[in-house]
Amino acid sequence: MDLRLPSKVLEHIFSFVDSNEDRNSVSLVCKSWFETERLTRKRVFVRNCYAVTPAAVARRFPGMRSLTLKGKPHFADYNLVPDGWGGYAWPWIEAMAEKSPSLEELRLKRMVVTDECLEKIAASFKDFKVLVLTSCEGFSTDGLAAIAVACRNLTELELRECIVEDLGGDWLSYFPETLTSLVSLDFSCLDSEVKLSDLERLVSRSPNLKSLKLNRAVSLHALGSLLCLAPQLVELGTGSFSDKLDQEAVSKLAQVFTELKELKSLSGLWDVLPEYIPLLYSVCPGLTSLNLSYATVQMPDLVELLSRCSNLQKLWVMDLIEDKGLEVVASSCKELRELRVFPSGADVDETNVALTEQGLVYVSEACPNLESVLYFCAQFTNAALVTIAKNRPNLKCFRLCVIEPFASDHETHQPLDEGFKAIVESCKDLQRLSVSGLLTDKAFEHIGRHGKKLKMLSIAFAGDSDLMLHHLLSGCESLNKLEIRDCPFGDTALLENAAKLETMRSLWMSSCGVSFGACKLLSEKMPKLNVEVIDEHSPETRPDSSPVEKIYIYRTVAGPRMDMPEFVWTKHKNPEIGVSHLAIE
Amino acid sequence: MENVGVCDEFVNLKATELRLGLPGTEDGGEAEKQKISCGRSNKRALPETEKDIESTGKTETASPPKAQIVGWPPVRSYRKNNIQTKKNESEGQGMYVKVSMDGAPYLRKIDLTVYKQYSELMKSLENMFKFSVGEYFEREGYKGSDFVPTYEDKDGDWMLVGDVPWEMFVSSCKRLRIMKGSEAKGLGCSV
Repeated sequence: MDLRLPSKVLEHIFSFVDSNEDRNSVSLVCKSWFETERLTRKRVFVRNCYAVTPAAVARRFPGMRSLTLKGKPHFADYNLVPDGWGGYAWPWIEAMAEKSPSLEELRLKRMVVTDECLEKIAASFKDFKVLVLTSCEGFSTDGLAAIAVACRNLTELELRECIVEDLGGDWLSYFPETLTSLVSLDFSCLDSEVKLSDLERLVSRSPNLKSLKLNRAVSLHALGSLLCLAPQLVELGTGSFSDKLDQEAVSKLAQVFTELKELKSLSGLWDVLPEYIPLLYSVCPGLTSLNLSYATVQMPDLVELLSRCSNLQKLWVMDLIEDKGLEVVASSCKELRELRVFPSGADVDETNVALTEQGLVYVSEACPNLESVLYFCAQFTNAALVTIAKNRPNLKCFRLCVIEPFASDHETHQPLDEGFKAIVESCKDLQRLSVSGLLTDKAFEHIGRHGKKLKMLSIAFAGDSDLMLHHLLSGCESLNKLEIRDCPFGDTALLENAAKLETMRSLWMSSCGVSFGACKLLSEKMPKLNVEVIDEHSPETRPDSSPVEKIYIYRTVAGPRMDMPEFVWTKHKNPEIGVSHLAIE
Repeated sequence: MENVGVCDEFVNLKATELRLGLPGTEDGGEAEKQKISCGRSNKRALPETEKDIESTGKTETASPPKAQIVGWPPVRSYRKNNIQTKKNESEGQGMYVKVSMDGAPYLRKIDLTVYKQYSELMKSLENMFKFSVGEYFEREGYKGSDFVPTYEDKDGDWMLVGDVPWEMFVSSCKRLRIMKGSEAKGLGCSV
């Protein structure tokens, strides 16, 4: 009896399988499931653009409508990856233009996107709808104009924290009068002023517009007239919040804000003046997401706002909020799920910004749903970490950045080993962890022993020896991405745990003690990994014992990449260097 | 740090150096030498040091800047830049200067702080007044157009836009004038 389900039935069943993790599992069951799954997958995620070739992806998923790609390693955000390293979008766009012309959505993160790329998108994908670029660079506003003018069915255009060559605000004027499908527009990272009348007309003819994030150049006055035209907005990113308005204008603006009945997310608020904070009171109770991380107002003003945000789930704010402000957040925002506190830079000069570990302790005590934390702070204690761990075993993401490297517990002067031990022991579902402060190998022994669900781990200025790396690679079963900088370990742990690297997406190490010889050996041992040595100051001759600046190791089925710059060494690009007399296991 | 070392070398060899300057033109000669020995124009030396000060975030305080570790604290450059510019802007509330163009009936005003470099400013002016400014050359000034962008500086002198580092220009520019025609030529542009 043939037990195979007909493919039509499989197709129907698979249409209910959304998550790519599930789809990946489905595709492993058997050949016919693999076939049916690949023919029906619409949304493809490639989390490392060098792990697979564009052609292979296009071939496998002929029905692809949405492609998400990530390029540079995460530490590129902090200028640790030199310019020209790679992450080019062009080969992907070129390949998809030829093989998947029905592509509708493209989401790129940390990639180099040129105007040529944008022009190609505009010219090749007839039904293109969504372009989201996060932390990308390499294009200018001319490229945006190309997208605006050609994509007749555009629904989303979002530029999130991109570095754009800004040639002026004309690009916005290129959206044709016939474009009425816009749902989301985010140009918050651009500098130039766009023509207000063009923006108003665009907003007027976009009845489906739900998300609008303006750039800083859009004045408060202009914001008022725009909001009149789009009271249905769910997400708003304001421009500069600091014009001097007369009393009449202020009350008009206050009125406009009360009309925003659907507003759930608010951001922008550049340069916000304290006297304008009350304008926002009417939208506060409805907000689930609030990004105040560019609002340089002091604690009392922040508190006025936050005490009214009883439904807030996501809060991004600067350390200007201080412990006192977080205490108010703790008592007012019971639904809080995600908290990010960024450094304002004020504490670089004087440590009188009153944000300490106590602020986070307050929130952890009072907000039962808190599961994601990013916290920059001048100091911390083991006691606080233990308390936080006890309060919030449901934490999924915990990123603590004690700003001073090697800072010990400021009360006991001990390393923060015990504190992080408590975190990993208690938070059994912890998936992402960033550690900081003074840490010995013991801390990593704890993480290795308890961090079984940890997928991503970031470490800086920590540990004593190789043992640290060994604990992590041998203990953390779910480890996917590991990024380490300025830690004193050498070759042994890396080579001993080489096999582990194939089970991970990537490993980044910079300013550690790994030698060139070890990199070569690793390359030889593990052909399914790309071992990239990134060295901007490499000498002419390279003895095996010389330490390398940076290494980026990732698994790939695409083999060595063709676009490596001079300062990246791999075994394939520089075969003449080869492996010396060292024995290969 | 490297190019400072190179300059020092040349300064030490000053006595034996052959120069083309007139006797007594010590300073001019020095500047010329710096231009050559640093391998780049003396324009570039200044912005770098200014940037160094800016990047430590201490334009006013007397305390020495802490050693800057690359990429630490781990804050995205996008965020770092936007907080920094915010600080500078809140001190100045924009820097509006009048812009006049020969032949145009009325003046305009622009905020210099919204631009980060000359090309942005030029583009904006070209758009505003519907003209084209040609290409800038260090020695010859603007070529390829009848229009020359000039500015009045703090000392009351009329200068060619583009000669000094951007930051210096922004802090010293009192107003702009786009000259046209024969008067423009007289400012040392190619005839």
